[in-house]
Amino acid sequence: MTETLHETFARLWTLDRDVIAIAWLSLRVSLTAVGLGLLFGIPLGSLVAVARFPGRDALVAVLNAFMGLPPVIVGLVLYLLLSRSGPLGGLGLLFTPGAMVAAQAVLATPLVAALTRQVVADAEAHLGEPLRSLRLSAPRRALVLIYDVRFSLVTAGLAAFGRAISEIGAVLVVGGNIDGHTRTMTTAISLETQKGDLSLALALGVVLMGLVLTVNAAAALLRGHAARAYG
Amino acid sequence: MDLLRRGVLSLALAAGLAAAVPARAEPPSIVVASTTSTEQSGLFKHILPLFKDKTGIEVKVVALGTGQALDAARRGDADVVLVHDRAAEDKFVAEGFAKARKDVMYNDFVVIGPKADPAGIKGAGLQDAFRKLAEAKAPFVSRGDRSGTHSAELRAWKEAGVDLAAQKGDWYRDVGQGMGPALNTASALNAYILADRGTWLSFKNRGELTVLVEGDSKLFNPYGVMLVNPEKHPTVKVKEGQAFIDWLVSPEGQTAIANYKIGGEPLFFPSADKAGK
Amino acid sequence: MSAAPVIRLDGVSLSLGGRPILDRLTFDVPARGVTALIGPNGAGKSVTLRVIDGLLRPDSGAVRVGPGRTAFVFQRTALIRASAAANVALALGPLKLSRRDRRERVAAALARVGLFERAGDAATRFSGGEQQRLALARAWALRPTLLLLDEPTASLDPAATAVVEDLVAEMARAGTAVLLVSHNLGQVARLAERAIVLDAGRAVEQGPTRTILPSPRTPEARAYLTGELPWTSYAAAS
Repeated sequence: MTETLHETFARLWTLDRDVIAIAWLSLRVSLTAVGLGLLFGIPLGSLVAVARFPGRDALVAVLNAFMGLPPVIVGLVLYLLLSRSGPLGGLGLLFTPGAMVAAQAVLATPLVAALTRQVVADAEAHLGEPLRSLRLSAPRRALVLIYDVRFSLVTAGLAAFGRAISEIGAVLVVGGNIDGHTRTMTTAISLETQKGDLSLALALGVVLMGLVLTVNAAAALLRGHAARAYG
Repeated sequence: MDLLRRGVLSLALAAGLAAAVPARAEPPSIVVASTTSTEQSGLFKHILPLFKDKTGIEVKVVALGTGQALDAARRGDADVVLVHDRAAEDKFVAEGFAKARKDVMYNDFVVIGPKADPAGIKGAGLQDAFRKLAEAKAPFVSRGDRSGTHSAELRAWKEAGVDLAAQKGDWYRDVGQGMGPALNTASALNAYILADRGTWLSFKNRGELTVLVEGDSKLFNPYGVMLVNPEKHPTVKVKEGQAFIDWLVSPEGQTAIANYKIGGEPLFFPSADKAGK
Repeated sequence: MSAAPVIRLDGVSLSLGGRPILDRLTFDVPARGVTALIGPNGAGKSVTLRVIDGLLRPDSGAVRVGPGRTAFVFQRTALIRASAAANVALALGPLKLSRRDRRERVAAALARVGLFERAGDAATRFSGGEQQRLALARAWALRPTLLLLDEPTASLDPAATAVVEDLVAEMARAGTAVLLVSHNLGQVARLAERAIVLDAGRAVEQGPTRTILPSPRTPEARAYLTGELPWTSYAAAS
């Protein structure tokens, strides 16, 4: 074990451009997926928080349950959809970074939506009536509430990013772990583990942790700044 | 409402920025469905750059078990398949998913086990060795993933007269994974395992394991390559796919395969000229 | 009292969650001056304000409000995490105003409550008194004909309370009708010319504050007012 660790750190210095390319792909795919997750998840979560419609409770339950959607199932369903023989096969997305973005966006969206619903519902509890009193239209009220909780939504984005960049089940199935094209940090770590090259796998793991920590630290800085400014 | 507009704008901008993944013009490329053993042996990393330098065609390898690789090709998700399970390949051709199969190379399987060799199979023939393993109920790790290696293992039990369905018990561990993870498991359990030599040679986490049985003619492991039939799937990139196959079986491709060595040992032996086309 | 009332409730009843809150509530609020709505907790004062503002729909009865805009200042100030100016501008969203007009109105309203220099500061970082002044600025920017105040100084210290009272009086002088819900009877005596006493969802007594506060006629009003003995004497003295 100590030998492996020693080797791990020795190899961190020799990680080549391949690894940088893989890390960059992971980052790009996951950030794009989180962007899409925010784009769909925030309006969805706000709608559920603010609007009253039949089936709303069921939708909330589904969103909460989908926070824990198993990535491999998302991957499998997407694989069948994106396969050349599947209904979306014409897009030619299978085994491309685009497919991985789609899979991770599917994982990120319910997470963002559920967390958004929570914070927007809290904001609605004390701002909803005053905003209606100001005669603001329903969409505008929703926008104000979203604006009000924007710093809390950073947490939702982070949670989604953490889920996206660390999952392997979905990207492996729809990406295919193709060297130089769809190999991400997680699939590379898995591959090196399979090849029995544990020190390289661990070195890649250290890089992945570094990525996640960096993104989290940046978000924490943003939040800290916001908390000082707005309370 | 400046602030709202700003908020919505910045949100949209952030999402847009993230979504604007630079879309480089992609070079011509094909998808090859192949096996985990080929991928994990490192062969592709050695030969694909040579092919790309010559033709400009990028080869994207999706590594699966032989059975899964053939299934992916049946769905039209690959242009070319490069696998090692002769019976399954012949069936693939018979079903019309490919028009022809070509021999590319072979390697051989080896029976790996703990150096202490509690079942005493060292140096035995394949048939003997597997009979002894079943008798000793020695810990054995099976791929269990419908891969070419898995097929070869099942054939070996059969030829040794072992009825797996009846005799398998705690000693027989079906891991349902690729060659690498199966070797990792065997290493951890100090178990016996049937592996392809290529993956074994490039495998680093060997622990107490060593090669116990090799060289039996029944351990011969031929690889075949097939272009997916464009009449089944019109999206198949016929020109590029055929170029790859032609290169693999050309003297140049065959030499590239023969030149891939680990620790001075070749992993694969070209066979295109031997087996005929 | 000569002009048409700005609020007229006629037989308004409302139940919430099966519990009757308002019971054939009937009263008028004149178009000028400050009217206080007083009564024990649970009498239905806050619900009445919400019915007047249209936030709650009565089960039966007629509500007529206006003409003109209504502004509502809540007990808990409803500020969003943005600058003071943005919080004021929020109220002007539904109004069709040019960008320049809007900016000028926001600046004028902030200046009026003494927060002009703090226009760019985060509203949620303001003190309680400043937040309530900002809420008044937001109401002011709307140039309402009717201002609804729900215990606007409930959690403020005496100095901040005095500032808010001055602002309310100023708005009333400028021609805005004010309906004030407050338990602070000293404040009611200082600000309001008229009072309506609510009990169990009904207006049990109404009239000028200088007669109602010292000598209520109905037993319900008397019970409420004498229940706060020190205030009665204070109110009588002022």
